[in-house]
Amino acid sequence: MNIAFFYVLISIGLFTLGLYALIVYSHLLRKILALNVMGSGVFLLLVALASRTKGAPDPVPHAMVITGIVVAISATALALALMLRLRDASGRVELTDESME
Amino acid sequence: MNHLDKTDISIQQRVWFRFLLVILLSVLAAGLAYAVLSLPSEAPGLSVMVNENIEVSGVINPVTAVLLNFRGYDTLLEMSVLFLALLGVWSLGSITEQTEPAPGAVLDLLSRLLVPYLILVAGYLLWVGAHAPGGAFQAGSVLAAAGVLLLLSGWRLSDRYSGLSLRFALVLGLLVFIIVALAMIIIGGRLLEYPQAFAGVLILIIEVAATLSIGVTLVSLFYGGRPSQGTTGEKKR
Repeated sequence: MNIAFFYVLISIGLFTLGLYALIVYSHLLRKILALNVMGSGVFLLLVALASRTKGAPDPVPHAMVITGIVVAISATALALALMLRLRDASGRVELTDESME
Repeated sequence: MNHLDKTDISIQQRVWFRFLLVILLSVLAAGLAYAVLSLPSEAPGLSVMVNENIEVSGVINPVTAVLLNFRGYDTLLEMSVLFLALLGVWSLGSITEQTEPAPGAVLDLLSRLLVPYLILVAGYLLWVGAHAPGGAFQAGSVLAAAGVLLLLSGWRLSDRYSGLSLRFALVLGLLVFIIVALAMIIIGGRLLEYPQAFAGVLILIIEVAATLSIGVTLVSLFYGGRPSQGTTGEKKR
């Protein structure tokens, strides 16, 4: 059993935990945080799997993770800005399902 | 009484829903774990290819080589994504500055002490990226940390810089990247195909511009809105 697979299992745990929070909580800030936790799980998975080489780890997934982190930051910032805008416009921080009411 | 029953049912429903969700997610996690654990425990991936071509890239650090040379296209698009996110945030309107209490003595003093060092560390990370872990994104985020610290301690960019010079700093990284990419076509290569002799220098030029732009963009994203003329606040450094 490789040490990489220990991190892989943790990353799957993070991903699932984030998915749970994303489904269960309706507050948008929590949803944004949950998406970030899921993303961290994916990054951890990529970095862990990159170390399955003989010598130095595979640099390509590392570069992909750096790219991914920047994209995740951009998406989070935009999501937070949208959330604040929604709060200013409607006074709510949840998305309500019109058909349910 | 009737109302009470209703809420009881909905609470019970919610408990059941969560129970079902936990079971489903456990199945998902087990499936994912099975899929990943059945991967071969040794897979060189593309590392062999990268190591064979590392001399061509102009840098020694393989991650930087992948980011700015072998997969420069990805990084160019990633810079665009960062910029687009800022455009999205700015298009939501300018921010109404909230009156914050003056920062405490500790934060004030700490930010004064730390910011010069953070800029120094950013420069170091940028330079060291050629042969060790580091690079434009790491340096840019350290620079952004300095900017966020300044914003938190009440510092605001003066009006003089919040117009054109701020925007210039924001697009500088993308601009330099695109100019270099197109210049490669003009001198006879392909898009982003650096000649071996200049690869190191070109990467450094792109990285310096990118670091500045990433730092300024991240601080602008943190600030949260287009700086309105008059009561302005942004960072440019």
